[in-house]
Amino acid sequence: MPHRLSRPGRRIDPARALHFTFDGAPHRGFAGDTLASALLGAGRILMGRSFKYHRPRGPVTAGQDEPNALVGLGQGGRFEPNQRATATPLFEGLTAISQNRWPSLEHDVGSVNARLSRFLPAGFYYKTFLWPASFWKKVYEPVIRASAGLGRPPEGPDADRYEHLHTHCDLAIVGGGIAGLAAALEAGRAGRRVLLMEQDTIWGGRTVTDGAIDGTTIDGLDPAAWVARAVDDLSAMDSVTLRSGLMGAGVYDHGYLTAHERVADDRPGADAPRHRLWKIRAGHIVTATGGLERPLAFAGNDLPGVMLASAVRDYVCDYAVTPGRRVVIVTTNDDAYRTALALLDAGVEVPAVIDARSQVTGALPTRVRDRGVEIVTGSGLRAEGTGRVERVLVCDVTGDGTPTRRIACDAVAMSGGWSPVPHLWSHCGGKLTWNDERGFFAPDPDRPPVGADGTGMVSAIGTAAGHMDAAACLGQADTPVTQPVERLPRPTWIMPERAGPALRSKMFLDYQNDVKVSDIQLAAQEGFVSVEHAKRYTTLGMATDQGKLSNINGLAVLSDAVGRPIPDVGTTTFRPPYVPISMGSIAGEARGEIFQPLRRTPLHDWHEANGATWEPVGHWRRPYCYTRDGEDIRAAVSREIRNVRENVGLLDASTLGKIVVKGPDAGRFMDLLYTNMMSTLAVGRCRYGLMCSENGFLMDDGVVARLSEDTFLCHTTTGGADRIHAHMEEWLQTEWWDLKVHTANVTEQWAQIAVVGPRARDVLDRLGGMDLSRDAMPFMTWSDGTLADLPVRVFRISFSGELSYEVAVPANLGRALWDRLLEAGADMGVMPYGTEALHVLRAEKGFIMIGDETDGTVIPQDLGLHWAISKKKDDFIGKRGQQRSHMTDPDRWKLVGLETLDGGVLPDGAYAALDDRNANGQRKTEGRVTSTYYSPTLKRGIAMGLILNGPDRMGETVTFPGTDGKVHTARIVDPVFYDKQGARQDV
Amino acid sequence: MLILDCPYCGVRCDETELTPGGEAHLTRHGPGSDDADFERYLFQRRNPRGVHLERWRHAYGCGKWFHAARHTVTMQVFGTYPAQTTEPPADIVERIRASDPDWTFGDDT
Ligand SMILES: [Zn+2]
Repeated sequence: MPHRLSRPGRRIDPARALHFTFDGAPHRGFAGDTLASALLGAGRILMGRSFKYHRPRGPVTAGQDEPNALVGLGQGGRFEPNQRATATPLFEGLTAISQNRWPSLEHDVGSVNARLSRFLPAGFYYKTFLWPASFWKKVYEPVIRASAGLGRPPEGPDADRYEHLHTHCDLAIVGGGIAGLAAALEAGRAGRRVLLMEQDTIWGGRTVTDGAIDGTTIDGLDPAAWVARAVDDLSAMDSVTLRSGLMGAGVYDHGYLTAHERVADDRPGADAPRHRLWKIRAGHIVTATGGLERPLAFAGNDLPGVMLASAVRDYVCDYAVTPGRRVVIVTTNDDAYRTALALLDAGVEVPAVIDARSQVTGALPTRVRDRGVEIVTGSGLRAEGTGRVERVLVCDVTGDGTPTRRIACDAVAMSGGWSPVPHLWSHCGGKLTWNDERGFFAPDPDRPPVGADGTGMVSAIGTAAGHMDAAACLGQADTPVTQPVERLPRPTWIMPERAGPALRSKMFLDYQNDVKVSDIQLAAQEGFVSVEHAKRYTTLGMATDQGKLSNINGLAVLSDAVGRPIPDVGTTTFRPPYVPISMGSIAGEARGEIFQPLRRTPLHDWHEANGATWEPVGHWRRPYCYTRDGEDIRAAVSREIRNVRENVGLLDASTLGKIVVKGPDAGRFMDLLYTNMMSTLAVGRCRYGLMCSENGFLMDDGVVARLSEDTFLCHTTTGGADRIHAHMEEWLQTEWWDLKVHTANVTEQWAQIAVVGPRARDVLDRLGGMDLSRDAMPFMTWSDGTLADLPVRVFRISFSGELSYEVAVPANLGRALWDRLLEAGADMGVMPYGTEALHVLRAEKGFIMIGDETDGTVIPQDLGLHWAISKKKDDFIGKRGQQRSHMTDPDRWKLVGLETLDGGVLPDGAYAALDDRNANGQRKTEGRVTSTYYSPTLKRGIAMGLILNGPDRMGETVTFPGTDGKVHTARIVDPVFYDKQGARQDV
Repeated sequence: MLILDCPYCGVRCDETELTPGGEAHLTRHGPGSDDADFERYLFQRRNPRGVHLERWRHAYGCGKWFHAARHTVTMQVFGTYPAQTTEPPADIVERIRASDPDWTFGDDT
């Protein structure tokens, strides 16, 4: 049974007890414990169940590579699933729950899946789709639903805050083991700006624990003392930044590195960001990320109590807990003998070491043998037990698994050898090379990821580079190191090597996703011979641990199954982040109100205080309408429309784009930008213009005013201002750079208020200062002047068909003008109107709206706007595009008005359907609705639409099936529904 | 996450300050061009596995368009230069050829 040992642990402080709960039951651990070590100390090894079969699982590691001991941590807005108990520091009040089980961890109904395992082979998700639908519904779906989902999602918004930190350095070193520390010392002494990060909370990596077991010395010091001295020396260097608890997550192009810091996980509710995402731009990156021990693929290797050998000694030495009282060790290498020594030193029984090698003569095995432990050579084993390890059956490692010995035990420490951690090296294209002798992939120093200058931007050092001894990791020839010399391992990919199907189907490769040796072999047999295909087919390495433990073993099994050497099979792609990082840290502060800045017009506050219902338009908010007491939205919109038609309305038009085009060649440039002739526009006049893309499609429209001989003011749509300004600059800078023209986006410099309705002129006259009469200021002219002593520019333009003036003032005077207009027009019924009234007013007049009548595939000719396309100009953007055969095809969907026969409102976006059907059995279409409203002016539904050859079919009816099953019939009519002569705007 | 030097304002731009604009040095075919030329101009783009001349805009900086010569696999940058030119400058061509002696401007392969 697992239990706490009465000996010191390097990381824990037995004087400081901490209380926590697991599945509601109270437990106690010590400061310095992880959740896993505290649970082991409390006698508990079952910590979770697997994803597919719900098999009982205990921790297999003591770190970030853990596939099994995944728990849900926290509560409410701080709940987070799939957290590794082995890497979760214990704190007072921690609450954890187990996952993938129902009703309880001990009694799980879903583990019936395990008995169905022969029906859930590799690729079973894909295969189920080949079965009849009835099978899917009755058999597979319930099984999949029972097993699907890893943990449960948090409920409600995240209660914590997160932040980003940007920094630069000459050298970023990832990994604070002896290799990283030595590299930081060297660079720091050379005066370079160094950032040294370590994912663990303490420095020194494996060497401190392992060196204390085997008596390693560095520079005459024990490793702990050498590490302490190195950290002291580095702390004294101004150019060096040391951060523990900072995990190097991902390497990206040109020396960009992300790192994840768990700032306040152990202080829920503290006044601090929970996590911090570091965004680092480094001159060079050094990966000193160490190695990961590989499990061994023997039958029963997923039973609780089977752990990596290094994890067992970490629990014993660092946390003073042991997974069992009798621990069998199974290994392919000398390193696992350190675990035997650690267990013996802690008084734990080691009945035998099972070693796959036939010759075992190294210094570490000799020490173990000298302490009376039997070493069984040339052997492997399988583990058995109910719910946890109870015995191992020893066998010849090259045989079929026939047992030669039976050894009772309650834990197994396994070591399949070590692999460098190549993730960060590989993220940005660093290549690996296969070391056949030791059985691992290591970074190939001749093929690093390269930076902007074409030279390597990442170097791997230490164990991450494939060095498996302290002297090579230090890389300092003049530093004396004493350490027992290790003999070569015997890479062993399945144990025993000639195991039959029964054993192979109990050898787990990917614990979290329940992928077994037999699954990989089946995938290969079915033709999934590429490592990337086999991965997706079997889900090997696709769980939250991203195959840290399973990767090499899995591809070795695949290599054997397809009869190709391991380096030919290759690895799957290593992708960031190295360890999962919180979504919150990726979002950082960009959430809620500051997710996206809100653009406010100078009148925003007035709208808010006066009943505005907001509509998002681009990054702006515009009032959709202003509701009054007892009014619903529909009533408010109707009131606003009627008031514009009968009295006078005010519209905040400040969001309209305003771009100044200025220079000696401004006229030439305007002629290229717009489809109309703009160079002939007289100073003081306005003209409605269209802008197309080079493809010929209509992209924006608006009124252009000529301010002076060399200056034009272009109005754009609200959403189009930035895009159109960028479009202008792109053509000016990259195609017509000989033109002497400047552009400036002055949208936010001006507040603009549309005064619209039969009494518009009366209201403005009351402000005083300008002659706005029909003679002094005809339709489609503009004029500078003053109104109510405010400097204004007045445009006599109309988007509603009514008498209309748009008055622009410097933005800071917008509110003053608005207030004057409301005062002056109070007895004339002046009231503001919103965007919905604006839309209905323009639709009653048949005016198009970019984004309603256009969708990026519509040319101006489709909209009956031929009059705005110059035939005199040699060139404009889109002219050539509009000459293509499909654009000049007479049979196109074209703009018309649509009137329902019953006076109702057509559904927006509805398609006009024919009785004919296409090859897929769908009804053919002949058009669609682009704008549709209830018109309070006409007291009926009105709509515009694009209909095949519509203008030639006036009076015909077309049919629009709605999504609600109703069929709407409409007559094709002129799109101008109101005041066809345009008399009202020209008074 | 590229770093490109803006040849106008001199800022070393993080990729987040830039917007990409695709292949550089396109020849515009306007009214009067035949369909094949217009199609090539409007739609056909090189997508080399190797050195690419491409357009970038320092959108969240000085606003200027510039060109970059970049290797699409290694991400090596041979240089950046103003967009107001119809061919890459000689010093950048020289740097490209130091890495890929067979490279020639406008070669489709
Ligand atoms: Zn710039």
